[in-house]
Amino acid sequence: MNAVGIIFSNMHDNNVPELTRSRTMASVPFGGRYRMIDFALSNMVNSHISKVGVITRNNYQSLMDHLGSGKDWDLARKNGGLIILPPFGDEGSTTLYKSRLEALKGVSAFIDRSTEEYVILSDSDNICNIDIEKIFKYHMDNQADITVVCKTDNIEDGTCRVVTGYKCDKNNCITDVCSPLGAVGKATVGINLYVIKRTLLASLIRDAAARGESSFELDIIGKNLDKLKIIAYEHDGVFFIISNMQKYLECNLAMLDKKVRDELFNLPYRAIYTKVKDSPPTRYTNNAKVINSFIADGCEIDGMVENSIIFRDVKISKGSEVRNSVIMQNTYIGSNSSLNYCVTDKNVVVRSGRTLSGCEIQPYFLIKNSLL
Amino acid sequence: MIYKKECLAMLLAGGQGSRLYALTNKIAKPAVPFGGKYRIIDFTLSNCINSQIDTVGVLTQYQPLLLNEYIGNGQPWDLDRLYGGAFILQPYQAKESSDWYSGTANAIYQNLHFIDRYNPNNVLILSGDHIYKMDYSKMLAFHNNSKADITIAVIDVQPSEASRFGIMTVDNQNNITQFAEKPKNPTSTLASMGIYIFNAQVLRKYLKEDEENPTSTKDFGKDIIPKMLKDKAVMKAYPFSGYWKDVGTLDSLWEANMDLLGDKPAFDLSEGSWKIHSRNQLQPPQSIGGNATIKNALISGGCEIDGEVYSSIIGNDVIIKKGAVVRDSILFDGVVVESDAVVEYSIIDENVTVSNKAKVGEAKTSAKGITVVGRGIQIGAKTVIKAGSIVEKDM
Repeated sequence: MNAVGIIFSNMHDNNVPELTRSRTMASVPFGGRYRMIDFALSNMVNSHISKVGVITRNNYQSLMDHLGSGKDWDLARKNGGLIILPPFGDEGSTTLYKSRLEALKGVSAFIDRSTEEYVILSDSDNICNIDIEKIFKYHMDNQADITVVCKTDNIEDGTCRVVTGYKCDKNNCITDVCSPLGAVGKATVGINLYVIKRTLLASLIRDAAARGESSFELDIIGKNLDKLKIIAYEHDGVFFIISNMQKYLECNLAMLDKKVRDELFNLPYRAIYTKVKDSPPTRYTNNAKVINSFIADGCEIDGMVENSIIFRDVKISKGSEVRNSVIMQNTYIGSNSSLNYCVTDKNVVVRSGRTLSGCEIQPYFLIKNSLL
Repeated sequence: MIYKKECLAMLLAGGQGSRLYALTNKIAKPAVPFGGKYRIIDFTLSNCINSQIDTVGVLTQYQPLLLNEYIGNGQPWDLDRLYGGAFILQPYQAKESSDWYSGTANAIYQNLHFIDRYNPNNVLILSGDHIYKMDYSKMLAFHNNSKADITIAVIDVQPSEASRFGIMTVDNQNNITQFAEKPKNPTSTLASMGIYIFNAQVLRKYLKEDEENPTSTKDFGKDIIPKMLKDKAVMKAYPFSGYWKDVGTLDSLWEANMDLLGDKPAFDLSEGSWKIHSRNQLQPPQSIGGNATIKNALISGGCEIDGEVYSSIIGNDVIIKKGAVVRDSILFDGVVVESDAVVEYSIIDENVTVSNKAKVGEAKTSAKGITVVGRGIQIGAKTVIKAGSIVEKDM
């Protein structure tokens, strides 16, 4: 596949503002040992895309630290490889771009200078394991101008405010775009993965800019439904949309389902890669009691863990109980504390004897570096 | 960056490790898994890079393929460098006088050209089959300050154990006055750790002399060091205190693994900032099921545990199904323990399947010895493997 990848790291930052206060959506931790962008990046690399530009807008220090040279995704290359694309404004511009279209305008030089024939656009919060080569073949077989990867599902409130809805005819040609979807119920929504010819993308961006247009979905796609062949590809596998904190907890806890794990992590030749940290294996003491949980390396489990996602290097002390929670890297839970439906950001310290409880639709959130 | 190397390391990783039986049938001892996700050689390699030694020649000979592939370009240990880095040094054919390595000293002798390329001031000789964390730069500083010809790292051992080691007698200025290899009546409890820092010129001189000596067994401990003592070379002992374990036998390998467990482990992998690096970490987090009981265990990535695990070390991608029991055992990567199977006091090599209701080994309190099941073996349903067996074919 002669394609270059472009990943947007700040789209949907507003979905979970608690977690994106000081980081991009792309670097939000997920699934015990990953960051959101690992899925999008791995999907590209597994489809033999060897050049990927990552567009960043703000708060991207932790993302740059996570990506490094790209070597953990085999993208530390002489030819192509990983390229970070920080904000690039026109002379005199003082604001950062606000939309997908403006972001693409900012990387016009990258798009123009690339020599690949196609571009794969992807958001960084696509939690899925998807075969892009298959989508590309579909794009070529149908002689499409743009392929929009979608998923038909029952869309809840909250999610419907952040997704784009598409209507298709029986040939899978898109006939209508609704951004945001706005209504709950069964709908076909974009997963923000597109295939498009590079030169076409470049000219569409230039035209849109010249007309002062601002929305990729409504202007580039919506206004060209008659002029271009824009088709939908239905992804029928696992896909998570993190539309708010409740969904963040719910989607993380979905890792406890073997079917979901198999579809995300156990597909042959399609592993999800992430930065390697060399933590020792997790140690369970004689007091450990663990039921139904997903636990990363480097932890020390001396207490009780049930129905939870535990990230790297977490210490859960004797007598403590953690249930239905997502505990991120380097958190320390002191002895005899109890956490239920909590989401704790990195480096949190919960001292002994604390009781913290949220509920399924409103998890209790502790920000990074909190000390309780 | 290109600068004169202060010290280069030569890591002897060619040994067969015959006392590990089935575990080393197809791989060299330094490549044997340890502590769930590591291989024995990770400790020496990590010690090197953490001590700022960025040039390491790894001398392989016996069954080197897995070790060579594992080390690769040295990247997991930060040993993929512009100038220096990790290099695999295997025996090779040459126009004259080259052969399989006939001893530890001969192995280094045949690679003097590699050492010459970097022309270091000192050469650190290590073996790849011990488990320990050590800052070699401190030993190097000691060596340089003493202007020694050779510095040998020593560790205090139990008097009852002393006759298993090379024992040094030292004076109150750490000069080595006597050396005896596995003495029946040891005169001290300071054992050689097999870690030597040589002045490069001195090393070269003694290796050349030894090579020309037809009666020599070409071994550092048996030939080079006694000769240096006889010549009254400046020989210093560097005392090391800390965890250090030779893992050359099944018992010691098992014990060293178990030292990683407990409420206060004898060797705590997570303690301190001295990281042990390793290759291959693509597994997702481990998944613990609704029927699992885990007490006193170390569990690596990608595992699916739904059975009972007690006092054991579990490698990557291990599946332990509901009703299965694993106790006092070490399971390498990819092992599958089916429902209601029982594994006790055993070392199970990579990708073994222990089928339903099979029983491998016996409880540690009554077992005659450790049970070993070799790589890839399939143990059939309801099969009973007696304690102390070494299983090398499907049962």
